[in-house]
Amino acid sequence: MSALLTQLGVTGPVSVLVLVAGAALLVAAACVVARAVVGPTILDRVVALDALVVVLVAAFGLHAAVTRSTATLPILVVLALVGFVGSVSVARFAAKDTQ
Amino acid sequence: MSAVGAVLDVLAAVCLGIGVLLAVVAALGVLRLPDVLTRLHAAAKPQALGVVLVAVGVGLAVRTPAAVGVVTLVVVFQLTTAPVAAHMVGRAAYRTGKVRHDLLLVDELSELTGGEAPEGGLPEGCVVRADEDGDRSDEPGSARAPG
Repeated sequence: MSALLTQLGVTGPVSVLVLVAGAALLVAAACVVARAVVGPTILDRVVALDALVVVLVAAFGLHAAVTRSTATLPILVVLALVGFVGSVSVARFAAKDTQ
Repeated sequence: MSAVGAVLDVLAAVCLGIGVLLAVVAALGVLRLPDVLTRLHAAAKPQALGVVLVAVGVGLAVRTPAAVGVVTLVVVFQLTTAPVAAHMVGRAAYRTGKVRHDLLLVDELSELTGGEAPEGGLPEGCVVRADEDGDRSDEPGSARAPG
């Protein structure tokens, strides 16, 4: 186990924290994607994809903080700025189910 | 300086940790809650607070003026756009009858339109739209008959 962690570059308490946070984000992304697949309505999928954007922002933020690099910060800006366009478009044209 | 840096690192880790935790809680809520409005309720919290915490954490960890400026932009954009999306999705859910009325304690939107909402939602969502925002009545949504 410890050899595997060392091989992954996990060598200190900070790295363990990062690993735990990354695993939590992975679980969160899995839950959100499951809801997006299950639905049952288009609005459920839109809400789930909005939550997925939040998970992505957290993941990119985690990466930027750990590596102390500013390379991924423009991605955060783009996600925050245009993430709502899809939701608004879908909500605008959501129609009643024709059964 | 290094002591200050260590304190800032710990603060950054705490902010990022809480932000990640909020994202996880939102994901569980989106997966587990019963209808569109409750899932929206769960998903909208970290869209504001979680992103703010992650941005503060990144700013504290990277500690360059450029990074602080960029994460400030992220917070401003997110706080501007996330409520718009949530509002539109919630109104669309009500208009198209995706709301489970048996789960509602108070239905103020139905009271605004005068009377109880029928089973499939409001027949005319545009009545409320014209009441609350008259100058946008020329939009296609107000003229479109639901369904």
